[in-house]
Amino acid sequence: MITKLTIAEAADKLAKKEISAYELAEAALQRIEETDEKVKAFLRVTKDEALKKAAEIDEKRRQGEELGALAGIPVAYKDNICTEGVLTTCASKMLHNFVPPYSATVVELLQQAGSVMLGKTNLDEFAIGSSTENSAFFTTHNPWDLKRVAGGSSGGSAAAVAAGQVLFALGTDTGGSIRQPAAFCGVVGLKPTYGLISRYGVVAFSSSLDQVGPVTKNVEDCALVLNVLAKHDPRDSTSVKREIPDYAGALTGEVKGLKIGVPKEYFGDGIDPQVKAVVRKALDVLLSLGAEAEEISLPLTEYGVPVYYLIAPAEASSNLARFDGIRYGYRAEADDLEEMYTKTRSEGFGAEVKRRILLGTYALSAERFADFYLKALKVRTLIKQDFDRAFAKFDLLLTPTTPNVSYIKGEVQDLLTEYMNDYCTIGASLAGLPAISVPCGYVNGLPVGMQLIGKPFAEPTILRVAHAYEQNCGLERKIPTLTEMGGSPSE
Amino acid sequence: MSKYETIIGLEVHVELATETKIFCSCPTHFGSAPNTNVCPICLGYPGTLPVLNKKAVEYAIMAGLALNCEIPAVSKFDRKNYFYPDLPKAYQISQYDQPVAVNGYLEIEVDGKQKRIGITRLHLEEDAGKLIHSEYGGYSLADYNRGGVPLIEIVSEPDIRSPEEAKAYLEKLRSIILYTGISDVKMEEGSLRCDANISIRPVGSKEFGTRVEIKNMNSFRAVQRALEYEVQRHQETLESGGTLIQETRRWDENLGVTVSMRSKEEAEDYRYFPDPDLVPVVVTAEWVEEIRQRLPEMPDARRKRYMEEYKLSAYDAEVITASKQMADFFEATLKEYNDPKTVANWLMGEIAKHLNAEGKEINETKLTPSHLAALLKLIDKGTISGKIAKTVFEEMFSSGKMPGQIVEEKGLVQISDEGAIAAVVEQVIAENPKAVEDYRSGQAKALGFLVGQVMKHTKGKANPQMVNKLLREKLS
Repeated sequence: MITKLTIAEAADKLAKKEISAYELAEAALQRIEETDEKVKAFLRVTKDEALKKAAEIDEKRRQGEELGALAGIPVAYKDNICTEGVLTTCASKMLHNFVPPYSATVVELLQQAGSVMLGKTNLDEFAIGSSTENSAFFTTHNPWDLKRVAGGSSGGSAAAVAAGQVLFALGTDTGGSIRQPAAFCGVVGLKPTYGLISRYGVVAFSSSLDQVGPVTKNVEDCALVLNVLAKHDPRDSTSVKREIPDYAGALTGEVKGLKIGVPKEYFGDGIDPQVKAVVRKALDVLLSLGAEAEEISLPLTEYGVPVYYLIAPAEASSNLARFDGIRYGYRAEADDLEEMYTKTRSEGFGAEVKRRILLGTYALSAERFADFYLKALKVRTLIKQDFDRAFAKFDLLLTPTTPNVSYIKGEVQDLLTEYMNDYCTIGASLAGLPAISVPCGYVNGLPVGMQLIGKPFAEPTILRVAHAYEQNCGLERKIPTLTEMGGSPSE
Repeated sequence: MSKYETIIGLEVHVELATETKIFCSCPTHFGSAPNTNVCPICLGYPGTLPVLNKKAVEYAIMAGLALNCEIPAVSKFDRKNYFYPDLPKAYQISQYDQPVAVNGYLEIEVDGKQKRIGITRLHLEEDAGKLIHSEYGGYSLADYNRGGVPLIEIVSEPDIRSPEEAKAYLEKLRSIILYTGISDVKMEEGSLRCDANISIRPVGSKEFGTRVEIKNMNSFRAVQRALEYEVQRHQETLESGGTLIQETRRWDENLGVTVSMRSKEEAEDYRYFPDPDLVPVVVTAEWVEEIRQRLPEMPDARRKRYMEEYKLSAYDAEVITASKQMADFFEATLKEYNDPKTVANWLMGEIAKHLNAEGKEINETKLTPSHLAALLKLIDKGTISGKIAKTVFEEMFSSGKMPGQIVEEKGLVQISDEGAIAAVVEQVIAENPKAVEDYRSGQAKALGFLVGQVMKHTKGKANPQMVNKLLREKLS
């Protein structure tokens, strides 16, 4: 039951008292217990707190008190989202013992809405990576084929939702870290418009790109969670003040006359032909519902990856500088300050994090600043203008979420190949646009994601189209087997 | 006349007296127990974000306006990256290329000559914490109370030509900031700190010499001494055929020398870049205008007005207007007692003497303009003499009682009854035949002695003019 249950369905059962929040939490915790040895989505399960909170919700319901929109709904947080009194490690040795004395705004909002935290999910260390292989603790396995990666960096969140361990999870997306694992794991992942959801209490990787977003089983759930999370936060200066629509109410099924741009650069040589075929078929479904599509060009797409790999590491090099062993987290013993800094940071950070810090430090150095960082900012502006031009003509853009389906752990050795994983997702990140990944089929039994990119704050549009597709695609939602597959499917 | 010209530029940090820190709501109070004015934000905990304190921007704009700066419509915050345990985020949020205020100036006067010193820029930033190093080595303690307190950094043009000018610049800057009320600018509490850049060049040369930065000067006097030391050192080095190196030096107050800290090659690369956690600060013309309206009259304008309106001498006007509190006191007193010269004399004499002795500003004492005005009226009415007035002032300054009450309680009313004084005069003449003899034989000095005797008998309360007059009459 729990594996297929959506938020909307669970909320209905809870309201009708067919099930209690306590029973729901117990069922989810049991599912985690049974499956997480295989999936390894969770870094930490907060069983006692979860059952206590669930019981409180049930009691409130008994008392007839007013309950939040997500009362009794189990949730998991990516472990770079601060949870007061609960270890928040960012999957790093550096924060192996860090218990924040505060919660992220998103956690507070979901708590107020009555959701029940089950635990913290795995990620690439400090959200840097796209496979969770950079976690200092372990790699999360793809529920569709345990040999394969769940994607990343929000791999734990995506795998947990796909494996039915939790009804929804929060991830963070900097260059595709929600959308790519959502695609790999066959779930829905939304990266909202930059500024729509508060970043307060979310450990920063690249502040101008980071956004929190939901990972859910379907589009309706995504809209329900977004209804809770989209809110101005005075603690985050980049959080926008604007009227927030009812996202769930936007799911009208109506797509007739919508103009969809299909950027040819996202269907080029670097994209697996089988993936392209599946996504094109998904587009046909939308056309059959009355949407219109036209091929367009976003000529600067190819510069997305290099620009991203200058800006994100530059910001990361500064954001991660505070982990110096002085006030919290890991600290190496040493005889003087210089040595303490060096040993703490050498031992506390993993290889990929150190690589990005070096890259970013170099890009910001006095001699390189103009050629690298500044130039990257300028190209970022041009990429935004590329999208602006496209949106003058189209309501949304449709692309594959990833160039290929999930790959076998340890298979991708060379960094450039790994960095190209983000090819399809980086553009929306750099331009601050909302983008959603929706499951749209399979290649050799592995899920494929379709990405819909909208205008700034056009979450209602992309959710509506994603929902219309989901309702009419004829794909039955399969439950992953949690086993290993034979062969190499994408050959 | 030296064959070298000295070039000095000053960088002054001023702590703003906002209630709360620049990026969080912790109090800025000085002197609290270590690490009590802190929160996850100013401790740089992961995930926390800065939110700009609008008051800090307002204060910075006010300082900019007081220093005749332009206020650009947009300014932004950048990160200055470096590792040090007193800097929790390992970067300082500062302003790199778009400061709050630019292109200002202030005027100084040295040896009677007016001179304008340009101000390149004024920017906002957060202060760092403080490290307390163990006396025995082995550990240091960090206090982050000061971390995140708003600072403005005021950078002068290299227009200063001597250590005296540097001191005059600092004094004027301090006075202007005090006028705005945005900081208490106390060097001993660290709310004003100064670094100096200095170089020398042969007179007539257009190129700058090798520049040295000096740090760790803890008083205006120290700034002047350190610069004098450096001028000397630069000249001697060049004269002896040596070369100067571009470096940062530390002033050692006890030894009276500067010591090298680090060379240019060792200088850090701060990797400034725009802080993505903060949005650009948009300053509307209306806001600037609104702040300008609230700006009090600045010392220069006030001095000029005192010379014109109150006919004070340039010197008196300068002394009175140097402190806003003093000038405010002066004007308030005039409302009750309209004799500017007399009030100025009291402020610069008796009152200044007492303030200096106690190390206080006038607003930190029990003395009010009403006290002073009442005292001066008592003198004018002849109720007390000028001499008794000083005794009354003493009491008034320490107790805060009104002068009339003091005069009454202590029986200090001046004796102006001619009959009463005449009786004492008779007595004194009878008691001092020798002095009377001397006076009559032409020794005018003797009269002073006799006056003194009368005053002694009356405990100083006899009207001195009347005593003089009666003595002369009786002895003629």
